[in-house]
Amino acid sequence: MLTPQTVDFVGSNCTPKRHFQMEDQNVGGHVYLRTMTSSDDGEPIALYDEGLARRLKALACTAPLHDLDGRKMRLEWCDAAAYQMAEIALQAIDQVTIAMDFDRGADHEDVVRRLLPFVAAQAPERDGVEHARIARWVVDNLINVGSSDRGFRALYGIFGVSGSYERRVFDFRLLIELAGPDGDIYLRVSDEAINVLVGALDTDVESAQIAAEVKLENLIRRGRLSDAQLAAQQARYRTIQYAETLRRKLEATCRDVRAVDWEHEVPDLIDEALTHIAERYRAENAILTNITQARDEAEDSGRKRKAADLVLIVEDCIRRHTQLQARLQGAGRTFRAEQDRQQFSGHAQRAAIDLFGHLLVPVLGLPVADAVAPTSAFFSGGSGLTSARLPRLVRLVEQLLTVPQDKGHLLDEVPVPDLAPLPDPDAFSSEQWDLTSALLELEEAPRRLSGLLAEARELDPDLPFLIALRIMYAIAPEIGVAVRQHDAAILLAVDDGTPLLDPQFGGSDVLVAVARLDTSARGTAPDYEHLRKDEVA
Amino acid sequence: MSAVDVIEQVTDAARLIAFGLRPRLMPSRDLCYTELVKRFAEDAVFRSFVESVAEGLGITVLDVSARTGIVLGPVADSAFEQKLDDYARRAILGDRHQERVLHGLAHIAIAALAFPRPDDLAADTYIGRVSAEQVGSVVREACKMLSAKAVAAEEAGDPLVEAPELEQVWRAYLRRPETALTKDGRPAPSTTQGVITKALRFLVDQGFLAKVNDDDGGTYRTTPRYQVQVRELAAERAFTELLALNVITVTDPGGSLRTVPAAPAEVTGV
Repeated sequence: MLTPQTVDFVGSNCTPKRHFQMEDQNVGGHVYLRTMTSSDDGEPIALYDEGLARRLKALACTAPLHDLDGRKMRLEWCDAAAYQMAEIALQAIDQVTIAMDFDRGADHEDVVRRLLPFVAAQAPERDGVEHARIARWVVDNLINVGSSDRGFRALYGIFGVSGSYERRVFDFRLLIELAGPDGDIYLRVSDEAINVLVGALDTDVESAQIAAEVKLENLIRRGRLSDAQLAAQQARYRTIQYAETLRRKLEATCRDVRAVDWEHEVPDLIDEALTHIAERYRAENAILTNITQARDEAEDSGRKRKAADLVLIVEDCIRRHTQLQARLQGAGRTFRAEQDRQQFSGHAQRAAIDLFGHLLVPVLGLPVADAVAPTSAFFSGGSGLTSARLPRLVRLVEQLLTVPQDKGHLLDEVPVPDLAPLPDPDAFSSEQWDLTSALLELEEAPRRLSGLLAEARELDPDLPFLIALRIMYAIAPEIGVAVRQHDAAILLAVDDGTPLLDPQFGGSDVLVAVARLDTSARGTAPDYEHLRKDEVA
Repeated sequence: MSAVDVIEQVTDAARLIAFGLRPRLMPSRDLCYTELVKRFAEDAVFRSFVESVAEGLGITVLDVSARTGIVLGPVADSAFEQKLDDYARRAILGDRHQERVLHGLAHIAIAALAFPRPDDLAADTYIGRVSAEQVGSVVREACKMLSAKAVAAEEAGDPLVEAPELEQVWRAYLRRPETALTKDGRPAPSTTQGVITKALRFLVDQGFLAKVNDDDGGTYRTTPRYQVQVRELAAERAFTELLALNVITVTDPGGSLRTVPAAPAEVTGV
C-alpha cells in the first residue's frame, strides 16, 4: 500500500497552493470512498480473482475524473457547465506526462499555462481569468489539495483466497507534488495515473478482435469454462470454414484449373489460413495447458467435467488446425498436378459443346414453357434405352420365397395414421326429409298422428318412420333453442289419451300442430307464456 | 454370301445390340461380347448389318469400343425412348411443365458438372466426378447470377398470374426449397436436392454413373458410356432445340463454368 508522501510539501514553499486553498472553498477534504463489490449475477466466485481486484483498482483511478464533472455545478464563482472537466483533467495529466523527464516534473504554473488553450477552447466567450481559475481548480483537484495526505482512497470488496468476502482499501494519487533539488515544487504523474489514464484507457474500445482476444484470455484465466468453450468452438468454426473454402477451390481446380484464380486469390487464402492456424495453434496450446491444469486441480465435479469437455474440444481444434495445415501444404501440389493434367494433355481432337454455357445457363433463362423441349430432348438423349421389363417365372418364384428384408435401416418407422371411422350413412334421404317437412306444414287445424302416418305411407313405405321420429321430438320441443334461433314456428305434439291404431306403430294418437312464436317477445328470455298454444288446446 | 451366312450375321448383329440393352454389362465381363465388339471394329460388313438392325429397331449406334461396349441411343419416338414425361410422372401435383423442366434440368446440370470443360467432354479418357450437393449449389449459383442480371436490367420479374408457364426457369428453380423433410423424416422428393438425387440414382441404374461414396449427398464418377451418350446425342439434341428457339450463346473454348472470385457465397457457404 502506498504511503502518501505528505512530507514532500509540508513545510516547503508552496505559495500558489495556499492561494488556491483560500480562494477555493470547494476544493479540499474530499476523500474518495468507493465501495466496490464483485457481485456477479449471484454466481459465487469461489476462486480468488486477482484480475477483478486489478480492474476495480483501475476503475477507482478514473473516479476522481468523473467526480470533477459531478461537482462542477457546485462551483459558486462561475457557471462551469460549459467545461468538460474530465477532458481538462486528462489534458493536464498528459501535459504533466509530456513535461516530465526522469528526474524533473512540470512546474505548477507551467501546467496551468499549458492547459489554458484547451480550457479556452471549451468556452471561448469567457475571460482568461476564469480559464486560469478553472485550470488551477482541475489541477488542484487532481492533486486533491484539501485532503491531509493529498491522495485518493477507494474501498473495494473482493473474495479472498479463503473464499470469504473482504473489504480492502486502495490508496492512490494522480498528480504528485515533488520538491526539486533547488527547492521548487514540481508536479509528476503517479504510476497509477500513467498506467490507467495514459496507458490503459488508450485502447480502441470498439475493436472486436482485441475484445475477443482479451475475452478468451480472461475467461481461461478466470476459470469461466463454459464461455471459454464457446470461444474455442468459434475458433474451430473459423478453421472449418477455411477448410471448406479451400476444399471448394481445390474441387473447382480439379474441374478446371482456369476456373480458380491461382495468381492472387488462392495464395492469399492460403496465407490467411496459415496465419490463422499459427495464431490459433499457439493460443490453443496455451489454453490446453491452462485447462488441463484447471481440470486436474478442480475439486468441484461439475467444473472438472466442464474442463474435461473443454480439453476435448481444444484437442479437436488442434487436430483440425493440423489437418487444415496439411491440406494447405498439399494445395499447391494439387494445383500443379491438375495443371499438368489439364494444360499439357493436349486438346481433344473433336469439338464439343460447353454444357454449362451452351445448355444449362440458356435453359435457366428460358420461360418454363419453352424449356420443356430442350430439357426433354436432353433427357431422352441422355438417359439411354429403356427395355420392356417382362416378369420372369424364375424371378417370381425366387421373389415369393425370399424372406422379407428388414428395411428398418433404410427408413424411419412408418407412422401409423390415426384412422377415424366413417360416419354412419344417413338413414333417410334428403327427398324423404323434404316430403315429411311438406306433410308437417300444418296450416290451421291440428292433425292426428294416425292421419299423417297413413298419408306418408302412400308416398313412401319408409316415410312413416321419419314422421314418427319427428313427432317424437315434437312431444318435447326445444322451445328455448327455437326462440334463440328466431324461428317463426315450432312443431308441437300433445297426447290427449287417444290410442294409436296403426299396423306399424303403437302408443298414443297424438295431436300435432304448429305453434307460432310470438315475434314481439324476441330478444327477451324465453318465456313460454308468449307461445300461443290455442291451436293445440 | 449365302443366305445362311446372312442369317448368322443378322443374328450376331442383333445379339450385339441386345448386349447394348443391358447397360451395366461390359465387354470385359463377357467373352462373346468382346468378340462381337472386336468384329464390329474390323468387319465393315458386320458393321453395316449391326447398323441396319439397329435402324430397324429405332436405335442409333453411338459408339462401339472395348471400353464402353456398344452405346445405343433411341431415335426420336422409338419404342426404346425414355420420355421425360414418364420419368417425372410421380409429380402429378402442381404445374406439369415446371416439374418436367426441373427434372430435365437436373440431368443437364449433372452432365455439366461431370464435364465442366468442353475438352473434358471431348477427351475419351476423362472421368468426371459429381456430387449431389455440388450440382445443387452450382445450379443455384447460376440462378442467382441470372437473378442479379435481371435485377440490374430492372426487368419486371414476377410471373404473370394467368401465364405461369412464362416464368423463367431460374425463378422456378430458386423458388423450390433446397431440401426439406417429409412428415416421417425422410428427404422430400419435390425439393431440388430430391430431384437431383433421383436423377443421379437413375443414371446409376442406366450404367452411366458409379457411386464412389456418400460424401456431399452422394459422390459419383462417370462411366465412359455416359460421356459418349451426352456428347454424341443428348447435348446435340438439346442444343438443336435451343437453336430452334433462337437461343444462341457464344462462349470461349475454355468453357464458361467458373468460380466467382471472392463471392460471398463461396466464403461463407459452409
